[in-house]
Amino acid sequence: MSARSTSVPGLGMLRETGKLFALGLDIGRGIFQRPFQLREFIQQAWFIASVTIMPTALVAIPFGAVISLQFGSLASQLGAESYTGAGSVLATVQQAAPLVTALLVAGAGGSAICADIGARTIREEIDAMEVLGVSAVQRLVVPRVLACMLIAVLLNGMVSVIGVLGGYFFNVVLQGGTPGAYLASFSALAQLPDLWVGELKALIFGFLAAVVAAYRGLNPPPGPKGVGDAVNQSVVITFLLLFVVNTVMTLIYLQLVPPKLG
Amino acid sequence: MAVGTSGEVRAVGRARRHGGAPAAAVEPLREGAMGAEVVIEGLTKSFGKQAIWRDVTLNLPPGEVSVMLGPSGTGKSVFLKSMIGLLKPDKGRCEINGIDVVTCSERKLYDTRKLFGVLFQDGALFGSMNLYDNVAFPLREHTKKSETEVRRIVLEKLELTGLSGSEDKLPGEISGGMRKRAGLARALVLDPEIILCDEPDSGLDPVRTAYLSQLLIDLNAQIDATILIVTHNINLARTVPDNIGMLFRKELIMFGPREVLLTSDEPVVEQFLNGRRLGPIGMSEEKDSAQMALEQEQADAGHHDGSTEDVRGIVPQLQPTPGLPERQGAVRRKGRVAGVLHTLPEPAREGIIASLTPEERRYYGIPEPAVTAGSRMPAHHGDLDAGDVAELPSSPAWPGDEQSAPTRPLRRRRGGS
Repeated sequence: MSARSTSVPGLGMLRETGKLFALGLDIGRGIFQRPFQLREFIQQAWFIASVTIMPTALVAIPFGAVISLQFGSLASQLGAESYTGAGSVLATVQQAAPLVTALLVAGAGGSAICADIGARTIREEIDAMEVLGVSAVQRLVVPRVLACMLIAVLLNGMVSVIGVLGGYFFNVVLQGGTPGAYLASFSALAQLPDLWVGELKALIFGFLAAVVAAYRGLNPPPGPKGVGDAVNQSVVITFLLLFVVNTVMTLIYLQLVPPKLG
Repeated sequence: MAVGTSGEVRAVGRARRHGGAPAAAVEPLREGAMGAEVVIEGLTKSFGKQAIWRDVTLNLPPGEVSVMLGPSGTGKSVFLKSMIGLLKPDKGRCEINGIDVVTCSERKLYDTRKLFGVLFQDGALFGSMNLYDNVAFPLREHTKKSETEVRRIVLEKLELTGLSGSEDKLPGEISGGMRKRAGLARALVLDPEIILCDEPDSGLDPVRTAYLSQLLIDLNAQIDATILIVTHNINLARTVPDNIGMLFRKELIMFGPREVLLTSDEPVVEQFLNGRRLGPIGMSEEKDSAQMALEQEQADAGHHDGSTEDVRGIVPQLQPTPGLPERQGAVRRKGRVAGVLHTLPEPAREGIIASLTPEERRYYGIPEPAVTAGSRMPAHHGDLDAGDVAELPSSPAWPGDEQSAPTRPLRRRRGGS
């Protein structure tokens, strides 16, 4: 805590990043500490599900449709109509579903978590809890992070299904695709590891969104306006992180898992 | 003065460690849980470049009530938070029962915190729980008590703080004073060894503040907890504590027996106790000499300086409600203070001697007090009988027993004014 260190540009950012990681590690440790806050976990999971299901479903339909329409038109120009279904399933399951999930978990669930914890912090509730000998990370943050991860995985499954159905509907009804060909080509390119990696991404995105939200919530700038700023920052930081992590994971996946047609 | 006082603080600390026996001989100590001892040495805290306070050294003797005074913005709340490990001080030690909360492991810190009951400024209740669940929270987290037992304890604490019937209310639905009392009920529910109160009087009317003061003293008599109150309520500071400290100009300028600060000639203390504008404390923390000279000039010309009358001097200390056991902390304090009496400034010494009974004076080998007709700092007499100056009863003070009590307080200081 010296004045000299803050004068070096970029060091503040490094420190924040370090603290974020430290909180992530604390949470990782807290997951295995007993007693597990089952009640809080269920309440939070229910809450996050209730604020994300509707918007996710509504976003998933046009998302699947856009991918399907785009891919359908591209495929028909190349004379590869029979692969329309295959392409859109692959894109939906591997990329679109985890990202849509992550954006909504971060935007709806994460912002709610950040606002909740931030309000508790400025009202000294977190301090009071710590003083009562109860770890706020273990009592409040861990159940929220786990709830976020669970809901992200479940939402990912939902987005996959709705996205594929939406794609099917738009391709068949609007582009005059053949239903049978669309369904038959599902397994032409897509394989089971695609689904696994999609779920794994959702799991990690859920974790990141909740950790960032909790971190900003536990360290808000002072005052009620600070909480608003913290929520804003947490969503922006999460989005940035998610896209970077998504890129890295996609690269690793493409290196590790051989494509089906190869 | 400041230097002398910090030396005196250490002397008090030493005497306490070696001098527990005399008190025990006069008044056999009740066996059982005693409040925790807090030893703070060289504690320093700054936020970035801005130092909050430096080198704070003090010792909260077990079971005694202490008050920390200081103008707004001198870091009193930061001091409390550093004591419980919510903020990390830059330097120094803060030992609670021998465990240094500045450097100890997280697990030990959480264990140590269970000894604390902390009353935050706004109560810091959990907004999503009603009062009952708020007060029950520590019990449910830390004990395996059955729900009926939890209910019994919670209702008892709520009644103690005058909140019976409000169990189902949410913190958002009640007044600030009620939130504060509910916060106190929650702080008390685990029978803490140390109670920290951050401005217990802010947002309370004078009557409720008096009740709260009495409640704290009664609690101290019942569970012998060490209590530290951070406040700038002068009335509370004069009547409640055994020890008073004052933070000013980033330093602990004084900490010691209440008599020392209440009779102090230190300009800061005098100004603060009397609430006047003349003196070293300014609107922002400090005043420059030009401003000081100007104000002195105006005062000399007859401009009112904001104070009413000199309230310094020793007033009777608040005693537990009749029927409650004697405060063990007060008993131990007598022995502790008697051991360092010769190091204290004159007016404080006179006040303490006058507060002892003849038997106690004989026991500690203290000469009978001289008649202090020319005392520089007479006690300020209100309607209260100043005869029981800082009286510490040696037996449970039943109202009816007073006639036959063997230890009548001396009434020498009455001639002081």
